[in-house]
Amino acid sequence: MGSEALLSVRDLRIAFDGTEVVRGLSFDVRPHEALAIVGESGAGKSLTGRALLGMQPREATASGSIRPDLSAHRGRRIALIPQDALSALSPVHPVGDQLAAAVRSVARVSRKEARSRAVAALDRVGIPDATRRARAYPHEFSGGMRQRAVIAMAAVNEPDILVADEPTTALDKDHRDQVLRILAEQRAAVGAALVLVTHDMDVVREHTDRVLVVYAGRLTEHGPTSEVLARPRAPYTAGLLASLPRHASPGSRLPVLRGTPPAPGTLPPGCAFAPRCPLAADVCHRSEPEPRQADGRLVACHRWTELPHPATDLFQETEERHSR
Amino acid sequence: MSDVLLDVRGLVVRYGKATAVDGVSFTLAAGEVLALNGPSGCGKSSTALAVLQLRRPDRGEVRFEGRRLTGLTERELRRVRPRLQPVFQDPYGSLSPRHRVRDAVAEPLKAQGRWDPSEGPARVAELLDRVGLDPSYGERHPHELSGGQCQRAGIARALASGPRLLVLDEPVSSLDPSIRAGVLNLLADLRDDLGLGYLFICHDRAVVRHFADRVIEMRDGRVTSEWSPRPPDAALR
Repeated sequence: MGSEALLSVRDLRIAFDGTEVVRGLSFDVRPHEALAIVGESGAGKSLTGRALLGMQPREATASGSIRPDLSAHRGRRIALIPQDALSALSPVHPVGDQLAAAVRSVARVSRKEARSRAVAALDRVGIPDATRRARAYPHEFSGGMRQRAVIAMAAVNEPDILVADEPTTALDKDHRDQVLRILAEQRAAVGAALVLVTHDMDVVREHTDRVLVVYAGRLTEHGPTSEVLARPRAPYTAGLLASLPRHASPGSRLPVLRGTPPAPGTLPPGCAFAPRCPLAADVCHRSEPEPRQADGRLVACHRWTELPHPATDLFQETEERHSR
Repeated sequence: MSDVLLDVRGLVVRYGKATAVDGVSFTLAAGEVLALNGPSGCGKSSTALAVLQLRRPDRGEVRFEGRRLTGLTERELRRVRPRLQPVFQDPYGSLSPRHRVRDAVAEPLKAQGRWDPSEGPARVAELLDRVGLDPSYGERHPHELSGGQCQRAGIARALASGPRLLVLDEPVSSLDPSIRAGVLNLLADLRDDLGLGYLFICHDRAVVRHFADRVIEMRDGRVTSEWSPRPPDAALR
């Protein structure tokens, strides 16, 4: 398994002021695959995605290993698609110039060649009349076109790995699907793997091959997307899926994960999910579970064999309704 | 249906030359959840602002509890606003970062001159409890709350003045998935228990299908269709 990996992450830990936010993540990125890193605000998923490029914040301390180290090949072998398309483009240079500069930063090619690669990359993401559009400034692009230009910029040097950090969070469903379709096309066109950082389970379901579910900086469940989503084995994954409105009948009460994710530095003893977990037993409050092979995936849960399927009933609200 | 709470006719909102809302009409009954659904830029949020009279419409009429809001002065509107309250998408942005949660919840009552110093604090505690927050959260500042807790505080504030209609603009869109379901359940409870009407702006079809009684689809400022996610007998409940 390790030999076929493009990138191997082992025991990745990222801390701020001694407080660990990413707490020992291990996973591989395989050639051509789409891997989702899914979790909620503060789970450490964006930090993890950016660490793959060596882009952790300056004040953070990181340990563990990411092999090979691609941070020196950023833009060439690994590239980032950030959430905010506006911030990724300089407002004072034409879009085509920015892509051409990205080409020349990693490849010794003529200006003309860089230019033609830039136009080709814009064309590949479906920007009409790319030759002319390449001369336009970002503010002359619509929001959707800017997002595409950012994807084109990341893909222009045909990297092995594209890391997309919540690329669709701010978009409505039509635009979301369009961006994800373009990402998939780019992946196919340049033969890249995609690491997709997201909190959207529908995006995970429709657009990824494997999924890494992260809770409080730790692996909760990791395996093939279709299998994990069809039959989650970790209670956190099961709760997340059960609470999606698409699985409930109209007007019914939604299953709920009670409580909120812990803030970094205020972790409970034992399993970080235990205070919210309907299956939690004594052992869960005492010791943090390690990821183990289970049913063709990795699961970090002491009680995974106790999880019923479907788990919907476990997450029905038990607290008294607030009625008068 | 009985008891029309909101009656919107031929609403038009323009920004310069651009027409954001182009002749939208609908009614909403007490206890009903009416969703406005559509992609970014379809005019659903502009419709919400015009219903709230936070953006005066260029044409058309908004009637609330039978009263024409579109002709009222700001001063006259002030007497209506307690019964017509907004809840916005960004829970942090809609509460002042400098004020404690209890002050934010009390603010509408104070602004309306209905604050009673002897009973007010208990009323605030009751409202927080109503939205599933321990009253001790009243002492905190918004940044000390999670997104879901913050949105609950925003709902408590909207309830403070005793509204009949809430205009909810993407109220769960910025919430984490594990938090979203709890807030939707809370809104369903409040609707059932208090008989509130909701004008529910949302771009997420799965949420709309789950939560709304009726859905108005919008595109390019116009209503394109109307549908109900529920079978007719379930709608009676």
